[in-house]
Amino acid sequence: MATHRIELSVNGAKQSAEVPSRLLLVHLLRENLRLTGTHIGCDTTHCGACTVLLDGTPVKSCTVLAVQADGREVTTVEGLEKDGKLHPIQEGFWEKHGLQCGYCTPGMMLSGCALLARNKSPSEAEIREAISGNLCRCTGYVNIVKAIEYAAEKMRER
Amino acid sequence: MIPSQFDYHAPTTLAEAVALLSRFGEGAKVLSGGQSLLPLLKLRLGTAEHLVDIGRIPGLEYIKEEGGVLKIGGRTRESALEQSELVKAKAPILHDTARVIADPLVRNLATVGGNLAHGDPGNDHPATMLALDAQVVATGPSGERVIPIDQFFVGLFTTALRPGEILTEIRIPVPPPHSGGAYVKLERKVGDYATAAAAAQVALGPNGAFVKAGIALTNAGPTPVRCTKAQQFLVGKRPSDNSFAEAGRLAAEACSPSADRRGAVDYKREMARVLTGRALKAAVQRAEGR
Ligand code: FES
Ligand code: FES
Repeated sequence: MATHRIELSVNGAKQSAEVPSRLLLVHLLRENLRLTGTHIGCDTTHCGACTVLLDGTPVKSCTVLAVQADGREVTTVEGLEKDGKLHPIQEGFWEKHGLQCGYCTPGMMLSGCALLARNKSPSEAEIREAISGNLCRCTGYVNIVKAIEYAAEKMRER
Repeated sequence: MIPSQFDYHAPTTLAEAVALLSRFGEGAKVLSGGQSLLPLLKLRLGTAEHLVDIGRIPGLEYIKEEGGVLKIGGRTRESALEQSELVKAKAPILHDTARVIADPLVRNLATVGGNLAHGDPGNDHPATMLALDAQVVATGPSGERVIPIDQFFVGLFTTALRPGEILTEIRIPVPPPHSGGAYVKLERKVGDYATAAAAAQVALGPNGAFVKAGIALTNAGPTPVRCTKAQQFLVGKRPSDNSFAEAGRLAAEACSPSADRRGAVDYKREMARVLTGRALKAAVQRAEGR
């Protein structure tokens, strides 16, 4: 079976890889590139633990082929921090205690980031809608919503 | 979970895609948004020797109105339908539908063409397209062919598309003035398939009575169910709680759901009845401009 030479940008850095057709994007990230911040929860398109941004849009990387990301930009949780400084959304999860076990957190943060990129002042309902594809088994979501609200405020101040 | 081996192809023109599909025949599957196909392959409930990704073909994602017809490119994403002002203005039922499909992350990739071509009676667009009297355009080796939606769903996971054909466009006649539609879905949680769901698209005459009603159900049988008797009953009647209730009763008679963890047969039939009534009521409110 054929393999494919792909080139993509991951967190701003050019990467190239030789991938089999059936390799999933989440495995390319975790195994080939050792970016293990992207989690695998359900592996059946339900939980959103594997959420990454593909050209800025949040998607479930367990349900995308690596070869489909050829020529595109991927952002994972590792790409949020800049020069040793946390992204406001990371700060928000820290400040508002937006996580317990942390399994859902990378996905939650990326869904939150994508929301804030298109809506600077989301309502609580809009935040809840935006993270409705991300499951959290620990927090009850209340502090996750607060964390995203915190980030929204921080980002508006800038 | 890892799918079994396949070859991946990424044609950049429709002609090339059709040629690949024709060459590989039954062993090939079209990869559109991949949000149904990839889970299926991962769970190994299905197999494919070749995936033909139509995501690199320009010009298959659009929503436009032309000559009284709403035209939607087959690869248009659910998130685009959800955000489209044109859809909200011309066919709010379609907006209702797009926003309850799976979850926002899935909708960023899932496409309307894929939702129809998958032939899953649990998918949400089929009932809505039946209610709207849509047509489906299939592009294959011998060019385009237009398939009325009533002839499209042949059986469980089976549509009228032939090997080598790609669903390239959906055509929806723009509803006349004093029309309204609504899609009402009962789901256990965000992202689930419908326990039951009803689509209703109605047009009212000058005296306020129904001149047309399109009613269809999701997950109510091996194929999406058009409720012909309920539709016929409504024509000429005035919207009222009584007429909605009778249409709901007739719609429930038309369905043949199967029991699963979403509920027993009787429960689902009852939900079909209730949801049809609610969809009609919401559709009439929109038709009356309320
Ligand atoms: S691991 Fe991808 S959605 Fe759960
Ligand atoms: S913090 Fe444990 S799953 Fe969300």
